[in-house]
Amino acid sequence: MKDFEPVIVAFCCHYCAYTAADMAGSKRLFYPSNVKIIRVPCSGKVDSLHIIKAFEKGADGVYVAGCLEGDCHFKNGNDKAAKKVAHMSKYLEEIGIEPERLEMVRMSAGMGERFAQVASEITDKIRKLGPSPIKAAAA
Amino acid sequence: MITAERKPLEEILAYIKPFKRILLLGCNECVTVCAAGGRKEVGVLASGIQMSMLKNGTSIEIREHTLERQCDPEYVEELLPMIDSADAVLSMACGCGVQQLATRFKDKPVFPAVNTKFMGGSDRHGVWTERCQGCGDCLLGLTGGICPIAKCAKQLMNGPCGGSARGVCEIGEDVDCAWHLIWERLKALDLTEQYLEIMPAKDWRPGGGSGPRKIIREDLAE
Amino acid sequence: MKTESNLEKVLSAGHLAVTSECGPPRGASAQTVVDKAKYLEGVVDAVNITDNQTAMVRMSSFAGSVLVKQQGMDPLLQMVTRDRNRLAMQADILGAYALGIDTMLCLSGDHTKFGDHAMAANVHDIDSIQLIQMVKGMRDEGTFQGGAEIKGVIPKMFIGAAANPFADPFELRVMRLAKKIAAGADFIQTQCIFNVEKFERWMEGVRKMGLHEKCYIMAGITPMKSVGAAKYMKNRVPGMDVPQELVDRMASVAKEDQPEEGIKICLETIERLKGVEGVAGFHIMAIDWEEKVEEIVKRAGLYPRPQV
Ligand code: SF4
Ligand code: SF4
Repeated sequence: MKDFEPVIVAFCCHYCAYTAADMAGSKRLFYPSNVKIIRVPCSGKVDSLHIIKAFEKGADGVYVAGCLEGDCHFKNGNDKAAKKVAHMSKYLEEIGIEPERLEMVRMSAGMGERFAQVASEITDKIRKLGPSPIKAAAA
Repeated sequence: MITAERKPLEEILAYIKPFKRILLLGCNECVTVCAAGGRKEVGVLASGIQMSMLKNGTSIEIREHTLERQCDPEYVEELLPMIDSADAVLSMACGCGVQQLATRFKDKPVFPAVNTKFMGGSDRHGVWTERCQGCGDCLLGLTGGICPIAKCAKQLMNGPCGGSARGVCEIGEDVDCAWHLIWERLKALDLTEQYLEIMPAKDWRPGGGSGPRKIIREDLAE
Repeated sequence: MKTESNLEKVLSAGHLAVTSECGPPRGASAQTVVDKAKYLEGVVDAVNITDNQTAMVRMSSFAGSVLVKQQGMDPLLQMVTRDRNRLAMQADILGAYALGIDTMLCLSGDHTKFGDHAMAANVHDIDSIQLIQMVKGMRDEGTFQGGAEIKGVIPKMFIGAAANPFADPFELRVMRLAKKIAAGADFIQTQCIFNVEKFERWMEGVRKMGLHEKCYIMAGITPMKSVGAAKYMKNRVPGMDVPQELVDRMASVAKEDQPEEGIKICLETIERLKGVEGVAGFHIMAIDWEEKVEEIVKRAGLYPRPQV
């Protein structure tokens, strides 16, 4: 388990989190390469199906990164995403996957540091949790 | 529409435990609209089942498919090419769809993956409420278009009861008093006289009191 | 006279009638019913026997009524439409009448949600107004609700109904009473009256429609035991209207004096209501406090009860 490197999928909204990730890159801020970024037009577009498929296909952790509260480019896509994440967390529990493996985070386009920090924190958290029980069972 | 909600995963898993190959069937009508058993929910459930199985060191073959309408024999015929390769069918349609499958495929185990709830409509995005109980003799013309059978907690034909307060039903703050709504409508329509008419005891036969109901349209039936 | 009911006799003779209630036990003890009823002997004209009150299972109102009848008193059989369909209710009406019960109260009943069998089906085959119609049809037409003729003895029930002047919408409360009377209610027992001013406004509407001349209206009275009870009724019981002043008044006296204060309030209410045109009597609901009814009736000047 020592050399376990978690696979983390981050659904990032185009207007905030993805731009923040860009900024983190251009500022050469470090964040773990475990985080695979998927750009979405708005965090509200992330579907339950995307989240669950990410886990099925081998993600150890998933997070949805949307804009700050009240700052969504499409009014309330971020709040919708948060509700979906909460709903899916319950489903994960039913399946027998720790709900902590799924998270909703918020940041603005200018928060390159925050993006890097969140990515590191979540990677650390998932590393401590160990491989997803699905992956562990398949191995 | 007919509304439904997914059953707990545990119950679903118990149903399909003895089988190796499952046909997981959604329906494109009501259960799609109420986000319980459409194509997307079929996908989410399939993943959930797969992962639960894997976790327990077992596996299952799931074929996902969604029919245009599961309660219609024509659409169910579509399953002929795939039914033989499944040991059991798990349906995300309402109870009508599940029964259609059970009737058509006599030797195939069929299980419901949702709990069928009620005939209702959407109040706002993600919220559905009961509207009709199919009493077979619609009274809405007398009650301002609001159903006392489906929406009054005591099915009063001559309400409101003594528990109605501030427009809310005695059973809970989040339930409107149907008779308060009826009264407001009758006032708005200038039909308050109608309220004084006593609605006689209901004949429940058209509502199912005389056994399973059936409609035969002579002009259509073959 | 439509019936042999003692309550009808008292009311039609023009006396202010008095009724009270006795809730059957949550067990099979006949003695409990007899003991409770004894407090009311000679003090009231009829004893309401509640029917699975607040949707909690209790000894049936039918059995309770028979036990009270056996004590030589006059039971008033309460019947809710929540628990039984029209067949069962008509069967009970025949049986009750056969055993000498001639007065009843037609109710829809509290929702099962409030009781100890929240998982039970709410029957509501008919509602309280349709129940009144049914009992009247049995008595005046000699027919069952389904239309067939009743054979032999016809049950002649003096028919009561409830009214809650404090529920909403207020403007509908007189009209709903009118419906109950049109359906065949002979007398009405109202919800407990604490907000006297509102009750008087309701009675104004009742008189405007001349309903007090078509039906006897008995005012519901409940003595409050403590400030806690007052608060509970104010906040927790659906359809109750307890003004804040009354809660404050109860709170203003020492704990040991609160029962007496509650009785004083109820006596003042009775006194004031005696002056309201159309009030034909009092229905005293002393919940778990039956032993106080005699004192209230005596201090209110309603004793002795008329022999009619
Ligand atoms: S009256 Fe009957 S048919 Fe009409 S909405 Fe109500 S339950 Fe449905
Ligand atoms: S409060 Fe209104 S909706 Fe509720 S049971 Fe009474 S009449 Fe029906």
